[in-house]
Amino acid sequence: MTETYLQAFAADATVPAEAVPGWLEALRKAGIERFAAVGFPGLKDEDWRFTPVAPIARTPFAPARPPAAPVERAALEPFLFGHPEWATLVFVNGRYAPELSTRPALPGGAEVLSLAEAVESRGELLAAHVGRHALAETTPFAALNQAFARDGAVVWVPAGVELAHPIHLVFVASADAGGTVTHPRNLLVVERGARAAVVESYVSLGGEGSYFTNTVTEVAVGRGAWLEHARIQREGDQAFHLGYTHVDQDQDSHYRSFTLAMGALLARHNLHARLNAPHVETLLYGLALTRGDQLADNHTAIFHDHPHCNSWEVYKSILDDRSRGVFNGKVFVTPEAQKTDAKQTNRNLLLSPDAKVDTKPQLEIFADDVRCTHGATVGQIDEIAYFYLQSRGIPRERAQTMLTCAFAAEVVDEIAIPPVREYLTRLVTERLGGDR
Amino acid sequence: MLEINDLRASVDEKPILNGITLSVKPGEVHAIMGPNGSGKSTLAQVLAGHPAYEVTGGTATYRGEDLLEMEPEERAQAGIFLAFQYPVEIPGVTNAYFLRAAYNEIRKSRGQEELDPMDFLDLLESKLKLVDWGPEIMRRAVNAGFSGGEKKRNEILQMAVLEPALAILDETDSGLDIDALRIVADGVNSLRSPERSIIVVTHYQRLLNFIVPDFVHVLAGGRIVKSGGKELALELEAKGYEWLTGVPEAA
Repeated sequence: MTETYLQAFAADATVPAEAVPGWLEALRKAGIERFAAVGFPGLKDEDWRFTPVAPIARTPFAPARPPAAPVERAALEPFLFGHPEWATLVFVNGRYAPELSTRPALPGGAEVLSLAEAVESRGELLAAHVGRHALAETTPFAALNQAFARDGAVVWVPAGVELAHPIHLVFVASADAGGTVTHPRNLLVVERGARAAVVESYVSLGGEGSYFTNTVTEVAVGRGAWLEHARIQREGDQAFHLGYTHVDQDQDSHYRSFTLAMGALLARHNLHARLNAPHVETLLYGLALTRGDQLADNHTAIFHDHPHCNSWEVYKSILDDRSRGVFNGKVFVTPEAQKTDAKQTNRNLLLSPDAKVDTKPQLEIFADDVRCTHGATVGQIDEIAYFYLQSRGIPRERAQTMLTCAFAAEVVDEIAIPPVREYLTRLVTERLGGDR
Repeated sequence: MLEINDLRASVDEKPILNGITLSVKPGEVHAIMGPNGSGKSTLAQVLAGHPAYEVTGGTATYRGEDLLEMEPEERAQAGIFLAFQYPVEIPGVTNAYFLRAAYNEIRKSRGQEELDPMDFLDLLESKLKLVDWGPEIMRRAVNAGFSGGEKKRNEILQMAVLEPALAILDETDSGLDIDALRIVADGVNSLRSPERSIIVVTHYQRLLNFIVPDFVHVLAGGRIVKSGGKELALELEAKGYEWLTGVPEAA
């Protein structure tokens, strides 16, 4: 159903409602052309062989529209954390919702705004970054997103500015979002020596039918800059979620990501980090919680192009019922990238005999003086651990919950920002039926 | 307290216990000794309900109830505690959370009210003193990265908090230096009372200098081959096991 999107693009072009600068117009055009050329990936495509996107391809999702009834602020409460005065940008069905957002003045001229606003006021910044990090060639869905890039969040932290509080970007699917598609396009720019924490949430207010979120986030971390990035995917249980995050890091920068996938019927996130200079540190943590017929796919790629960089990656999944997990972790080390220290770990916990995981570490190392390790495990809770807890009076069912929460805690505990860590600990524990 | 009659058990269809008969009354301390492979640890684990062992015959009755029919957690709730030879590491679960969960599950099973975290901390304070620990140990994950001695002390701490009616110590002395041994023994001795029974499984007589038993039983080939008073342990120390088992001890 590539046709659906080509028609939508053509229809879009006839609506002159929004002034679109030439560079963005060209980008969108390149996006749709790329998508028209490659179409949806199939199972024969090596990169998609465990993740069937046919249900997305055959559903003629309509462009998202505003909800019939306005979304109340109270409906968002379960998805918010921290202090109510912290910067929170809310998007409903892909469109910025100023009435639901909180935009305090940020120190040092830092800004959090919608892409549509930024097109007006920060054209130069956008032109320098949008489409420069996340390339349309990476996946067909990235091309599709680029073709329909209309709104999303822009976070700009100028050189030397340190933000004290995390910024929350919330993408809400209203209860009547069924049958529609959104293409949020986000940009996070943390300039030289700046520090920030950004949380992206994808949430649903419930409702019938499936909808499709196809999002791209571009991240630029400047020299000596520091970014803590969390991504919480809790879409509706019939939803499709395709996400692509691309991070470019400059010298001496520090980027730490935590991704939580617990929603959607089918979810795929590509997280690519390119280490563009020496002495870069990249930490990627991930947790996928699936049940029922859910599928969660995490594809990561770390590009070590320069010497003396460290990357550290731990992805875990906990699978129940008939759910599926996919992990593919690529690490590329070029001949120039001597003294690379890269470690990748993927651990999967199966709570049901019908759950299944396909995991594939993929290390391509062309430098000789490096330390690169990887390991993947798939297993159940150790019977001896059960026995130990039971022998202390803890019933088996609670022992399972405790041990499962503990398995998850090992990655959740790595989140560096306390309010984010506490919020996610609560969220994950509740989902797993625990009581902490 | 505990009546074991002709108890037989196997692991992977290999018989380990070949008919154990033993009676433990309230207030008594029994030492189970024996060479490696005699079945003494198996006996301890079977009594706690270890899933790897299959009971193939005999009976075990605890306070009039069929012990072998009970789940491991039901045994714990009924007052049985096994101090593990190899305590299990549980990364991601703090000692404080684990111990409070266990304590409250046992209370709940007896229809008692659960203790909130503050009251539980008060209770812990006195128990921590028993094993000569400060409160910081409670923030660490259960046994994760603990030294061998710390793990054994943690078992004794758990026992002190859970206050079992029947405590079974499975080679709690193995690998301990003399100071750690003393701490462990002091912890156990503080629990001795006319209502509480203790079974001490050990290879060496050394621990029994600190925890003086009322009875000593020697296991060999999955059977009790000799029973006696505390002086039997000294005799074993002097003569080794060979004179009872007829087989030279494995190195």
